[in-house]
Amino acid sequence: MTKTQSKITRDSALLALIQKLTETPGPSGQESLIRAAVLEEIKDHADEIRTDALGSLIARVGSKQDGGMRVMISAHIDEIGLMVTHVDANGFARFIAIGGVSPLTCIGGRVLFMNGARGVIGCERLEPNAMPTLDKLFIDTGALSKADCPVSVGDVCGFERPFLDLGAHLVAKSMDDRVAAAIAIQALRALKKTPHEVYFVFSVQEEVGLRGATTAAYGVNPDIGLAVDVTRTGDTPRGIKMEVALDKGPAIKVRDSSFIADPRVVNWMASSAEAAGIPYQLEVLEAGGTDGRAIQLAHAGVPAGCLSIPCRYIHSPSEMVSYTDVENAVRLLVRLLSEEIRLEYSPESAF
Amino acid sequence: MSPNQKRTPNSRQRIGKRQTDLLASLCNALSVSGDEQEVREIVLREVKPICQSVKVDALGNVLATRIGSGADRVRVMIAAHMDEVGFMLTQDEGDGLYGFSIVGGIDERQLVGKPVIVGREHIPGVIGAKAIHLTTPDERKTALKVEQLRIDLGPGGAGLANVGDRAGFATRYTEIGPSIRAKALDNRLGVVNLIELLRSAPENIDLLAAFTVQEEVGLRGARTAAYHFNPQIGIAVDSTPANDLPAYDEDDENTRYNTRLDHGPAIYLMDGATIADRRLAEWLMTSAEAEGIPYQIRQPNPGGTDAGAIHKTRAGVPSISVSVPQRYCHTAAGLIRKSDWENTLRLLGAALSRLDSKILTPLEA
Repeated sequence: MTKTQSKITRDSALLALIQKLTETPGPSGQESLIRAAVLEEIKDHADEIRTDALGSLIARVGSKQDGGMRVMISAHIDEIGLMVTHVDANGFARFIAIGGVSPLTCIGGRVLFMNGARGVIGCERLEPNAMPTLDKLFIDTGALSKADCPVSVGDVCGFERPFLDLGAHLVAKSMDDRVAAAIAIQALRALKKTPHEVYFVFSVQEEVGLRGATTAAYGVNPDIGLAVDVTRTGDTPRGIKMEVALDKGPAIKVRDSSFIADPRVVNWMASSAEAAGIPYQLEVLEAGGTDGRAIQLAHAGVPAGCLSIPCRYIHSPSEMVSYTDVENAVRLLVRLLSEEIRLEYSPESAF
Repeated sequence: MSPNQKRTPNSRQRIGKRQTDLLASLCNALSVSGDEQEVREIVLREVKPICQSVKVDALGNVLATRIGSGADRVRVMIAAHMDEVGFMLTQDEGDGLYGFSIVGGIDERQLVGKPVIVGREHIPGVIGAKAIHLTTPDERKTALKVEQLRIDLGPGGAGLANVGDRAGFATRYTEIGPSIRAKALDNRLGVVNLIELLRSAPENIDLLAAFTVQEEVGLRGARTAAYHFNPQIGIAVDSTPANDLPAYDEDDENTRYNTRLDHGPAIYLMDGATIADRRLAEWLMTSAEAEGIPYQIRQPNPGGTDAGAIHKTRAGVPSISVSVPQRYCHTAAGLIRKSDWENTLRLLGAALSRLDSKILTPLEA
């Protein structure tokens, strides 16, 4: 045991769930395996489960009581990945990004294809000090020739990197957004009594433009909705200027570049956290979007917000979150869904 | 395999004079995004006699329905956009000179010296350029910006056109052996294909045909058309670039061709707007293989089709795109192979005949 590990008690079932979800491959458009993995975790705990036309898994818990609402909670199950565009005469596979993939985090990376093939990412010879671009990179599957290459145009792979438990902090390739899926699963299971009809949406194709949440929100037609997603932090050496840091609690989004959270939703979340003594941070994210936007713009408009999990190194194969932030996010989400929702513009205590 | 297959031998469909005449009139028409009247009139004339219902929606889409007679019919929306990239006059500078802006995506380096037609009357003009006699070597190094260019209708041309009028390249449809050269093949090919599919629609489907507007400025028409039809499956039929010219350096393999002429219809797996539904991709490829129709997978690349709007409609619509490969897309003159066009039509016809709603069922976890 390291020094940091000894300070906190951790739920091994939650750790195992995060490991299972982050190690399951599922780039946008290829969510069958991760959908099956999530279904396995929730099937005995939901009142109703369906999959929509684009593949989002939608699970209902509870039904609308007096003072209750139809609530949508959206955690996306897709992750960034790569798609093969060409296999050259020597069997090297060129590719295009699925979602926001940086060439800097590709080189030397290992990938796992949905058909089971594996490969490593190499780079053409670059001029000294030149920045690589994706079109200079290729996947080497170890093929001896084009005919020997186990993948072809259209094949999809995700990054391959095992889950790493560092004690206070957890690291994995797709914390974005499997850590939120784990939080939603934990909340779904823990939600014993609710006045609301809660739809837990495990959405697809978020990384390519919030597409799954767009159609899911239309189908669910909620009265209010929250995305659960990771957010960036400003707590690394010479990093971006941002207030959010690891270990200071889950973040309540005020805005990102895709939407402005409904101020009433922000107040509701913040006052609920304060009443329960759950630490939280307010988040302003300069660049990034979440399913919150898709929910907000559904039908004639929906009050929407986002529960964010602070995360370092987003969209790299080693995304890092804080264990206590995860646990506090579960607590806050369960509390938010257990009580009557009051939407007010002027909170007494929140700020 | 559907019992309807013998009734509609769509895979044997050929491109004949009726189809090429129709494509010629569609390509020669001017139909820049937002003013699609000329193509709309041709489409209405063609589809009214063969459809149960035809309407023009609020944005100008032609929505034509041909209902099948089978018991378990699939509601398939097929979209082909009627609009083309082009220009809009923005300033009347007098004496037949007009400032203009680009509508949709055109590389401004291609504009200089091109003959154009302006407005519903197809008034001939030219995007003028300074003669080489008068340019300096330095001037010739830099491409002119659209702000520096004018559409010239000739001295005395004042009053012939108005600010807001659309303009397009003046290229006339021409057949060159096995190839066709024309403007606006993107997407009059889709339009003529969709008209042909309506003519021969199999009975196992309800064919919901959307001849859409404003695709080139952001898939706008398809959005409202898909909302109206609320289909079970969406297909965009379009044309996509073929960048298949030989690489100059013989050691350098062309790895970024997008599609290739003579390799058959291009089936999409992913573009900038849509990740194709894999069940539909499987259905198209299986149909092609069963009928002996060549096809190619379009390289996953940016770009988008009407499928990008359709699949996000309402609670979601599994969608895919199929395109005819075209060299020099979005320029004054595109070039296609008739064989690719014919095989695209054959593939779509054959696949629709084989369509069964069961292909949509296995999407459970």
